[in-house]
Amino acid sequence: MAVPQPRVGVVMYPGSNDDHDALWALAALDADAIPVWHEQPELPALDAVVLPGGFSYGDYLRCGAIARFSPATAAVREFAQSGGLVLGICNGFQILCEAGLLPGVLLQNDSLQFICRDVRLTVERDDLPFTARCTQGQELVIPVKHGDGRWFAPPQLLAELETNRQIVLRYAEPCNGSVDDVAGVCNEHGNVMGLMPHPEHAVDPLLGSADGSLILASLVEAARERAVALA
Amino acid sequence: MKATVLVRPKSGILDPQGQAVESALEHLGFTVSGARVGKVIDLEVDATDAAAARVQVEQMCERLLANPLIESYEIEVG
Repeated sequence: MAVPQPRVGVVMYPGSNDDHDALWALAALDADAIPVWHEQPELPALDAVVLPGGFSYGDYLRCGAIARFSPATAAVREFAQSGGLVLGICNGFQILCEAGLLPGVLLQNDSLQFICRDVRLTVERDDLPFTARCTQGQELVIPVKHGDGRWFAPPQLLAELETNRQIVLRYAEPCNGSVDDVAGVCNEHGNVMGLMPHPEHAVDPLLGSADGSLILASLVEAARERAVALA
Repeated sequence: MKATVLVRPKSGILDPQGQAVESALEHLGFTVSGARVGKVIDLEVDATDAAAARVQVEQMCERLLANPLIESYEIEVG
């Protein structure tokens, strides 16, 4: 029997600008990458969803604050709550935090500058659907490009997240003022993850690094396992 | 009914914008401290009286206008 190609949706909000990069990277990693328009109140049959980077709804008020209420986000919430795999990249991470699907919030960088460069990351967890191809402690080089990437959680919440092992990635050196250099977190069940760096911009050595493919290929592989289980 | 919402970064939240404003004011020769930058949102609310308007605006703040993790808000009606 042929191994099914996992179906991975990428939500396109007005102002998303890494949606096509995400679609391209997922397809290059052998997923059936499917665009999902923000007005769609229901998701098509999917094995995973990616919320891409960009500036959804102009990022007015707060980053991700308005995208949180779009019909597609409501569908993604339902998908996540039923155990579906959801990855938020950059603006997608901000949306998931605003939607309450991930803990914390992303604030303006402490430098007030837009940061656009490769950063070194440390993998804190390799037992998630998003990091299975990494090893704990491994260093990844993946670019960031954001003005509002300073992840924040109050001390009590941060302590809970540490206890639950919900910190997935950290910057190897301070980047944007994030509390404890957090670059990526997951929800309690480990089926929703968000990160500020852009793995979809690092899937080919020609782009300077292919380390992002470790994260996206982990997701595609986990989605494939779900597709097989459902077939 | 006119309403105004003041949204402020909570105390303890690093506000680099406030720091930049403070530093600019110091460059102009002012001696200031504790500058914080928030937001003002003016609204025209469809409500019969101030109390009803306030209830609505409170819901707006809870659901959208402020993020309780990092921001506090004040509502003025009328």
